Amino acid sequence: MTCQDYKDLMMAYLDHELDDQQKRAFEEHLASCAACAKEMEEFKKLKQLTDDVTLVEPEDRIWQQYWGGVYNRIERGFGWILFSLAAILLIIYGGFKFIEELIKDQTVGMLLKVGLLALIAGLAILFVSVLRERVYFWRRDRYKDVRR
Amino acid sequence: MDGLCEQETISIRSSGRSSKDAFEAVVKRHMKDAYFIALGLVGNREDALELSQEAFFRAFRNFKQLSSKAKFFPWFYQILRNLCFSHLRRRKVRRASSLEDSEGNTIEADNDDRFDPEMVAERNETKDRLWRAIGQLDYKHREVIILRHFRNLSYDDISKILFCSRGTVTSRLYYARKRLKEILDHEGPHPAGTRKGGRH
Repeated sequence: MTCQDYKDLMMAYLDHELDDQQKRAFEEHLASCAACAKEMEEFKKLKQLTDDVTLVEPEDRIWQQYWGGVYNRIERGFGWILFSLAAILLIIYGGFKFIEELIKDQTVGMLLKVGLLALIAGLAILFVSVLRERVYFWRRDRYKDVRR
Repeated sequence: MDGLCEQETISIRSSGRSSKDAFEAVVKRHMKDAYFIALGLVGNREDALELSQEAFFRAFRNFKQLSSKAKFFPWFYQILRNLCFSHLRRRKVRRASSLEDSEGNTIEADNDDRFDPEMVAERNETKDRLWRAIGQLDYKHREVIILRHFRNLSYDDISKILFCSRGTVTSRLYYARKRLKEILDHEGPHPAGTRKGGRH
């Protein structure tokens, strides 16, 4: 084995992740290779330093309120979905009612009726077109079924 | 932290309790790991708390994507790390755009300017330097250091969480520590709290 091969074992040795046989082989190499032994010493010092660092534990209040923070997001997520669905339904219903009233109303001029109907039809076509495009790309998304 | 990746193939779907109650138990079980990993990746408390909670929310929303045989934590970790890395990239872009001098030249910023040494327990100069040096590592190297040293995960657990081989974990740790050593050697001791000159 070359020094490069032993370098692969260096981290595992440092972190006590080698089995006895690998450990013995690595220690034998260290005894005969000054360069690897020097590098190992430097890594040991660094590991000691890093092991010494611990992070501040937040106050208990943070852990007690943690689930509340997650739950609020979940609840608001559902809230937004319901709100959006209801808004879409009401807009569609209102739109139909408006068109119905407009057609029935004899006082409104024909030009205004045609103009408003064309505007609504244009919006509907744009909406369907965008929706169809989104569905088309979603179906052809190669990564949509990727599961981790 | 023993066997973080082996614990429970939690199936919220098959739990007798409501999905909310079952998920609450999952959150309470993993919240500390999620918070401390996020803290190690982004370097400050407010962002870590925000991002770890957002990761749980997204996990709940996308729970159907998790196959019933998959372990929860490695899957959840992908959501958490992606959120943290996107956050760091956005922060970098924001900082770069706000650090243009009057002639429009970009002034390079330190990567670690949000790696707050206040997060380190029983602080001293060496620990502060080390924490800031971790903040200067690139994302992939930073995460293996955090998982190994601050969450004390085994190589096998790290490889499961990162969806890579044990060999890749070993090699990433080697280069991460080497880089960390270079940063510390290059800077040398200086008073805690003093800003560093250049980036490496």
